[in-house]
Amino acid sequence: MAASFRVRQELMDAARLGRTLARIAHEIVERHPDPERTALVGVRTRGVPLAKRLAKLMAAAQGAPPRIGALDITLYRDDLTTMGPNPVVKGTDIPFSIDHRTVVLVDDVLFTGRTVRAALDELIDFGRPARIELAVLVDRGHRELPVRADYVGKSITTAREENVQVKLKEEDGEDRVLLLEPARAAAKRRGRR
Amino acid sequence: MSLFPHRNLLGIEPLAPADVEHILDTADSMKEILDRPIKKVPTLRGKTVINLFYEASTRTRSSFEVAERVLSADSLSIATATSSVQKGETLLDTAWNLEAMKPDMIIIRHQCSGAPHFLARHCRPAIVNAGDGAHEHPTQALLDALTLRQRKGRLRGLRVAIIGDLLHSRVARSNLWLLTKLGADVVLCGPPTLVPPGIEAMAPVTHRIEQACEGADAIMMLRVQRERMTGGYFPSAREYFQRFGLTEPRVRRAKKDVIILHPGPMNRGVEIATEVADGPYSVILDQVTNGVAIRMAVLYLLLGGASEVES
Repeated sequence: MAASFRVRQELMDAARLGRTLARIAHEIVERHPDPERTALVGVRTRGVPLAKRLAKLMAAAQGAPPRIGALDITLYRDDLTTMGPNPVVKGTDIPFSIDHRTVVLVDDVLFTGRTVRAALDELIDFGRPARIELAVLVDRGHRELPVRADYVGKSITTAREENVQVKLKEEDGEDRVLLLEPARAAAKRRGRR
Repeated sequence: MSLFPHRNLLGIEPLAPADVEHILDTADSMKEILDRPIKKVPTLRGKTVINLFYEASTRTRSSFEVAERVLSADSLSIATATSSVQKGETLLDTAWNLEAMKPDMIIIRHQCSGAPHFLARHCRPAIVNAGDGAHEHPTQALLDALTLRQRKGRLRGLRVAIIGDLLHSRVARSNLWLLTKLGADVVLCGPPTLVPPGIEAMAPVTHRIEQACEGADAIMMLRVQRERMTGGYFPSAREYFQRFGLTEPRVRRAKKDVIILHPGPMNRGVEIATEVADGPYSVILDQVTNGVAIRMAVLYLLLGGASEVES
């Protein structure tokens, strides 16, 4: 990533992020009350801690946690040959059968939809779930594929060159969601003012 | 995101320790794919790999072929026994003709040391050394290291004995490079006739197997390479076994949790006793599975990315 980014706006602080996850967890439980038949699969990197937190919140609401897995979609990407340095493969870990279960894919940001496409392809190589749904913390628009989320923490309008950064305690030491813009765009806005 | 800074895999010697760890880490992740119900990922769709084997091979070639298939690369294998090499075609002519078929990678095993380096200088596709003469066999050393790391949790500080025909063994050479780069404590052992001069500069050499086994975390046995033995390196297979064969009593000199590696094919009763080869500390079949994972990692790292960076 050559361009440098700076913070334009804080979209969520820690408290807001916690409330948002609690709401999503309740929505999932409302639709799928049987933890035995539900599984959460986080998309690496930040989908994995999000899935773990949702599972904990769901356990509080329904008694037992759903199963959780992790999906590394690197090997299913459609841009491997155009993106230069190989992304590090961290591995997929789905230690249960997904057959006949509702699998909720969990990711931090929904953007072009290409990650979700890759995740769907990979997931289907593991079996035949009864149903696949998608939960995201932030939907920032700019879809390039016909993909939509079933559970959305927050929908926002962004410019294509902006960036949404989700920070999580497990990965980054703090809970925060930030909207970033390229440094040169920030300079331009200041000039206009 | 992390860059693998090599176009070819010609040997372990030119790799930095970080490169080796990058390959091992990637292979650890690749291994999981082999346990899936559908053992296939679309990663290298549309890439063509040619396996060009000038020497007999079962394990290495089939391992590369499995890795290619799991990653969805298209591949073809050329065994030179049934090819126009028999009609006198030179290595370079063969390579240029194969290159004209636009492969993305050529995996080569050759009886001459340096053959893969020669191809890398003259051909466009990425070149992977699958064993060149008595020089290097990098993917074997990598799979050995992966097996060691999985079993012992680390390589640094491990005492590893490499025992047998050090003179003809490219496996020994690649392993010696790799293990010393990553801080393992290597001891070499073989009959004086099968120890190349000068190797003691890289690791201590002993001619007594009991001494080599003493306190070892891992023992790597080398195959007695009968096909390369033109002179009288030792009197008989029977005598070799008596002096240098790995037997139960010798294994007992090593640490309790020692693991035994062998690159295969094994000569039972020559370099290794059957009860050791089939014993509980033998990780020989693990090595085979790890071999596929390592080759997947190498294919992925050399073919997976392009040169320009995503905006």
